Amino acid sequence: MPERPTLSIRDVTKRFGGLVAVNGVSFDLARNEVLGLIGPNGSGKTTMLNLISGALRPTAGTICLDGKDVTAAPASEIAMNGVARTFQIVRMLPSLTVLENVAAGGVFGHSQRWGSELDEYARNLLSRVGFQGAGDAMVSTLTYIDQKRVELARALASDPKVLLLDEWLAGLNSTELRTGIALIRQIHGEGRTIIVVEHVMDAIRSVCSRCVVMNSGTKIAEGTPREVLADAEVIRAYLGDADA
Amino acid sequence: MDVIIIGLLLGGNYAIMAMGLQLQYGVARIMNLASGEVLVCGAFGAIWLFTAYSLSPLLALIGVVPAAFVVNWAIYWLMILPLVKRAKTQGQLEVDCILATFGLSFMAIGILLAMFGGEFLAYSYLARPFEILGQPYSLNRVVAFLCSTVLCVGLYLWLHHTRAGLTLRAVSVNPSAAGLVSINVARTSALAFALGGAVSASGGALLSMFLTFDASTGVMFTMKALVIVIMGGLGDIRGSIIAAFILGLTETAVATYIDPGLTLAAAYVLFIVILLVRPEGLLGRPSS
Amino acid sequence: MQPRPRGFVQGLRATLVLSRAERRDVIVSAALLLAAALLPLIATDYWLSIGISIASFTVLATSWALFSGPTNYISLASAAFFGIGMYMVGAGLPYLPFPLLVLIAGVAGVLVSAVVGLATLRISGVYFVIFTLGLAELVRQVVAWAQHVMGASSGLYVLISISDPTLYWLLLGMATVVYLVGWFIGRSRLGFALRIIGNDEVVAVHCGINTARAKVVLFVISSTFASVTGALLAPRYSYVEPSIAFSPFLSFEVVIMALLGGVHRLWGPLVGVIPFTLLWEFISSKFPTQTTILLGACFLLIVYFIPRGVVGLLEDLFRQRYGALKALFKSGGGGRA
Repeated sequence: MPERPTLSIRDVTKRFGGLVAVNGVSFDLARNEVLGLIGPNGSGKTTMLNLISGALRPTAGTICLDGKDVTAAPASEIAMNGVARTFQIVRMLPSLTVLENVAAGGVFGHSQRWGSELDEYARNLLSRVGFQGAGDAMVSTLTYIDQKRVELARALASDPKVLLLDEWLAGLNSTELRTGIALIRQIHGEGRTIIVVEHVMDAIRSVCSRCVVMNSGTKIAEGTPREVLADAEVIRAYLGDADA
Repeated sequence: MDVIIIGLLLGGNYAIMAMGLQLQYGVARIMNLASGEVLVCGAFGAIWLFTAYSLSPLLALIGVVPAAFVVNWAIYWLMILPLVKRAKTQGQLEVDCILATFGLSFMAIGILLAMFGGEFLAYSYLARPFEILGQPYSLNRVVAFLCSTVLCVGLYLWLHHTRAGLTLRAVSVNPSAAGLVSINVARTSALAFALGGAVSASGGALLSMFLTFDASTGVMFTMKALVIVIMGGLGDIRGSIIAAFILGLTETAVATYIDPGLTLAAAYVLFIVILLVRPEGLLGRPSS
Repeated sequence: MQPRPRGFVQGLRATLVLSRAERRDVIVSAALLLAAALLPLIATDYWLSIGISIASFTVLATSWALFSGPTNYISLASAAFFGIGMYMVGAGLPYLPFPLLVLIAGVAGVLVSAVVGLATLRISGVYFVIFTLGLAELVRQVVAWAQHVMGASSGLYVLISISDPTLYWLLLGMATVVYLVGWFIGRSRLGFALRIIGNDEVVAVHCGINTARAKVVLFVISSTFASVTGALLAPRYSYVEPSIAFSPFLSFEVVIMALLGGVHRLWGPLVGVIPFTLLWEFISSKFPTQTTILLGACFLLIVYFIPRGVVGLLEDLFRQRYGALKALFKSGGGGRA
């Protein structure tokens, strides 16, 4: 019998007044899967992530996490149920140290620690994401990729059932990109379930087992990266009619 | 029935008070806690012109409005703009503006106390009865109501049918996008702030026809204006007008049937109800 | 397997484990407290009265900063809760003993602040400020109306005498409690949650923090201190009137003192209370009619020139000097690198 999907999105729609940002999108996320959510700019990918993380509430449709309906739940409750995310523009906690930034994810949410146990846990996470600086450094002194590492560690600190990476590889040079892709694969290898929103097609091809393509709010294709990137509709969405 | 008419008359006058704050908070994004004091200054201006020169408050508007405009423009450029430039987040800016306009309101109260002393000031103008539906009402309230209506309608038309008004509305919807279509956001905000101050002051001049003022009544007006603006929803004048009428009616009803000393409590209850039920206000844009 | 949060006793023990720097802080604080407690033994009546002012404002300003510091919500409701406490004592003194009334005042503070907080803290900080602005006036109107309805006069006689030294020590005790509570919160998860909220509320929510609840809890704690202080100070005025109990100036003075000192450190407000109280004493005796203007000028001075308070200024200065020293050492002492 097939296992229940970790995340189940059914006919989710999000309207902002007259604008329909997400229009009747449905897909499932199986455990330990890496799903790529791709599409041209403005297709509603980040809105979709915001709907999953609870930052926005769907106008219609249902979202089920491990069988539990979380459609109307506020973001903090969804976080407690095991959804963690990174943000398109890195959101650091500027007056906290690196260690505290990471620890923030592991105190109140899905996984709760405190005291020396929290401290050790945060340090472990930092080394796992490849951060090599001092734990008591201020985040404003970090390089961009280090900030991204810290944000990733913070998301991992809550031991999430579903990890949402919102264009986590954006803004990295080619070396950093390779490190980043390897890091995502490593996290996947540890058993995480991940949704990756990306524009970097190499990353999608090498990391994702399945893709969902959105355009103007609707899902236009679903399948393996190879299938999806060869789909005429998808090519038309990205490049226009001439190249289809 | 007369409760309703008095309530409506009052509401119409409150509308002008809220209009000023709507421009300042809705467009310029400045929470001006001194707006009540601006209103009181307008009222004192009219009172002074009447008692010293027997000038009708309606004519006094000609002097009060431009003066208030200039003063508020100066306040924006000298006091608010440095805070805007310094603030890193909208939240920080709001806090700074609240504190700064607070300080300003205290200084204004102090200056008014020094200039006019602490007594209540009022004058009698058009205190004749005027009949509506068989009941007599004070003519000055009716005239003030009509003037407020003219001002509100004029403001609405200006905002929705002129280019300058469009600029203001654009900035109120999205300042950064407005900047991208080459609207000078700083100048527009200053204009909105100054205009808002002028409108508040004119409201004060009109209210002085039938209300008594002293140097410290400003706070109450600020509160009521805020309640109206929030109740009606930011960014839409029509919402404020409706909310002003609701407040006027509620206050009059409470004053007549319960206790005249509980008018502020009535405003507060309305405020709480709105915050709990529909925080974006009646006609406001809900935030997702 | 998910580790569950520690039991209360273990958590408490973890909180009490102090680093060496912290132990030093505790010793210094205890010494200062002892020194302050000696005031009634050596001071004249006039200076003791100022001491009482300073002590009560320290409680008010520090408890204010407990809430408004991390959340950046400016609460102007201090006068409302202070007045509630004072009126609880004033109204209840003919019937109940003073200590019990102080307790009741605290409970009243908890209830009212819980209602206000739940109604207004879920939404935006601006609406919160506005609401608290008029709260004292609202409570004053309601109290006056209630008394009018019950046929009582609006003023209340508080006929219990508590000597100034006793009052001073009570207030000092309150201040100690405020500091202890603030210290505990700072080391607790609530304190951590508040720091996160103050940095980025979106991140806080995504970390699983119920931000509304955290803010309300802190607001309740902060306001209860204000109402208990009001209750304690009631005996000082033999006749309590709404304009005294709910004086709007109180709220503003508390805010000024806390901001002047700096709200990001527990001892920040104290740094603001002492000079401001002394300054105000001087000003109100020399320029009694200009107090309003000067109060406004103080607000403006703080907003424009000392936004992070004196403590913030000192820390910036220290960091500059210390940073320069550090650079000096790194470059091998003296001369340019």
